[in-house]
Amino acid sequence: MHKIVRTDTLAPSMFLMEVEAPKIAEKRKAGQFIILRIDEKGERVPFTVADSDTKRGTITLIYQVVGKTTAQMSSLRAGDSLLDICGPLGQPTHIEKFGTVCCIGGGTGIAIAYPIAKSLGQAGNKVLSILGARTKELLFYENEVRAISNELLICTDDGSYGQKGLVTDMLKQLIDRGEQLKLVVAIGPVPMMKFVARMTKEYNIHTIVSLNPIMIDGSGMCGCCRVSVGGATKFVCVDGPEFDAHQVDFELLTKRLASYREKEAQAYDMYKHACKIGRG
Amino acid sequence: MDPKEKMKIPRQKMPEQKPEVRRGNFQEVPFGYPEETAMLEAKRCLQCKKPGCMKGCPVEVKIPDFIRLIAEGDHWGAIKKIKETNSLPAVCGRVCPQESQCESMCIVGKKAEPVAVGRLERFVADLERKSGKVSKPQIAPPTGKRVAVVGSGPSGLTVAGDLSRMGHKVVIFEALHKAGGVLVYGIPEFRLPKEIVQAEINFLQDIGIEVECNTVIGKADTLDELLNNGFDAVFVGTGAGAPIFMNIPGENLIGVYSANEYLTRSNLMKAYLFPEYDTPILTSKVVVVVGGGNVAMDSARTALRLGANEVHLVYRRSKEEMPARTEEAHHAEEEGVIFDLLTNPLRYIGDDKGKLVAVECQKMELGEPDQSGRRRPVPIKGSEFQLAIDTAIVAIGNGPNPLVPSTTPDLKLNRKGNIEADLRNCKTSKRGVFAGGDIVRGAATVILAMGDGKVSARSIDAYLKDPAWWDLPTPEPEPQPEKAPKATKKPE
Repeated sequence: MHKIVRTDTLAPSMFLMEVEAPKIAEKRKAGQFIILRIDEKGERVPFTVADSDTKRGTITLIYQVVGKTTAQMSSLRAGDSLLDICGPLGQPTHIEKFGTVCCIGGGTGIAIAYPIAKSLGQAGNKVLSILGARTKELLFYENEVRAISNELLICTDDGSYGQKGLVTDMLKQLIDRGEQLKLVVAIGPVPMMKFVARMTKEYNIHTIVSLNPIMIDGSGMCGCCRVSVGGATKFVCVDGPEFDAHQVDFELLTKRLASYREKEAQAYDMYKHACKIGRG
Repeated sequence: MDPKEKMKIPRQKMPEQKPEVRRGNFQEVPFGYPEETAMLEAKRCLQCKKPGCMKGCPVEVKIPDFIRLIAEGDHWGAIKKIKETNSLPAVCGRVCPQESQCESMCIVGKKAEPVAVGRLERFVADLERKSGKVSKPQIAPPTGKRVAVVGSGPSGLTVAGDLSRMGHKVVIFEALHKAGGVLVYGIPEFRLPKEIVQAEINFLQDIGIEVECNTVIGKADTLDELLNNGFDAVFVGTGAGAPIFMNIPGENLIGVYSANEYLTRSNLMKAYLFPEYDTPILTSKVVVVVGGGNVAMDSARTALRLGANEVHLVYRRSKEEMPARTEEAHHAEEEGVIFDLLTNPLRYIGDDKGKLVAVECQKMELGEPDQSGRRRPVPIKGSEFQLAIDTAIVAIGNGPNPLVPSTTPDLKLNRKGNIEADLRNCKTSKRGVFAGGDIVRGAATVILAMGDGKVSARSIDAYLKDPAWWDLPTPEPEPQPEKAPKATKKPE
């Protein structure tokens, strides 16, 4: 059992959960993930670790409510518990001093880009960060990311905060003003990662994306999380979660993410219905 | 009763659910022997002076002794006798390939059908479990030594049980949230009820073994960290947990599963109870299972129980070469699985949403024998055909799981990535580290893994008593690694 010590609402439908997992807090490195199960009937769901605190023995998870499990998570409060957390899993981000790097976070991807940007900064890189969201109220972690970046660019689709535009527009500005980017790390919704990859390929800038397919065991046993990278099948849980963006088949990833769309909707609807009844 | 009379008693059948009933539920297929049937079956044993059956048992169960006790009505004595050497009798009584081990060497079997050793083992194990009065074995005084066991499958559970009896402190590390390894995620409920595996684990915990679930060794801690942090020895039993695909077009379409994924969803995650349980599994109309082993049979029979209208088993050789236990293939056929033999998939075909809609197969014929001694399947030109399906389950085997080897650079591996270990004592190339089961053998059987567990426990005990043991030469010649012969492929 893992006690939840803090929960927070970061944006509408975007939540933070800090939970006790001392061993993982001590071991995890940027880019790695955990798999959790809320209770005995719960599914195993992967989340990238956004932050950890070795003193408190906790890890921080940031998630958006998209279905039954995440909705149920958002109903939990400090003092409640998660039944299982397994981790750290996956390969850590390859961190070294590259020179100037650009870290792009979109949506919940901000939570994953943050620890990577932090580690890259600690390794002596010049970190230029870009955060993007549909609208102002969906942005979070602005101060955290600003604190560990040499420069932070913010954009919203509707122009309600920062510049109006997409993260690729911000990236273009950096390239156009002559930043010699040695590495781009792009983490966010699949279309965002796909378009960043398309742009950096044109400029021949090495780019890393972090993938979030459906998983079960997370230790290479089931093969559910397979993706195609450079024409070869890879298991995200053991080979990833980060891959060379220019080699990833994003179409396949998108399709496989939709494998259980109907069943997921059914489970979510039933959960929402039960909650309504529960509230009387 | 003299031997002639004994030989006249026919081998007793075990009552089971009717095929048309059981294909609609996940309950166990056979019901087990009633007491009088068990005692009658036990009377068939000739009590040979030189019992062949014991030679066929990798965990050295004193077979004639326990059978005699059943015949005499001393069932408690019988289970005690089994447990002297076998810590998982209820499991072995169900999933061991007895027909190619103990029962294959039974003298009665030379003239009539062999004594049903497995069914008798199961009878007393179930009797004990259901009574709730599980007898505790004798435990040696604590030695103060600590052993880490990586993986809680059949080899890990066996080595843990034996070492614990010898007085060593054992901690089992399991990657999943539930202990049992392949017994839990792989073998379906209808063949091995999970309650039985859980009872075995509870028993091990009762005798002082710690089980740490959700711990992936190689990620959380490495072997070196275990050895440097209070463990005197490590046993690696991480199994054959990396699914093999055929590398044919379309294998990443939605609807193409590895058998591991399909079975894990259903068994471990209880997707057959969706939406009561959260993990979904596709609802299928027509399913193709590729492969001819027990895993393929388990997958096909699971698909039927999940409501598929039609389940085809596609296997590239003929029925004779099938590695599945005869009993499992028979059960699958009875339940309505269609065997498409001498057939091989060439590619999977999807729609614009990436969903599987058909498989293209090719007919095969048998040519000359290959290295395994089985006749090699050869494609028949122009025999390609398509079958409309919505689910495919690839059950052609598993490779070794890479997580422990990849973080232990001084652990020697063979070409296939399996850990190199001397099967006489399960020593690896790394001091203090022992290994057994599928991570060493490649995909084999539960009972061979348990046999390795037994050997390892003895070796580890010797090493803990005197670390110089590690450097002693091993006297006997090294046996060839026992390849699972026909009908002894891993029964999960």
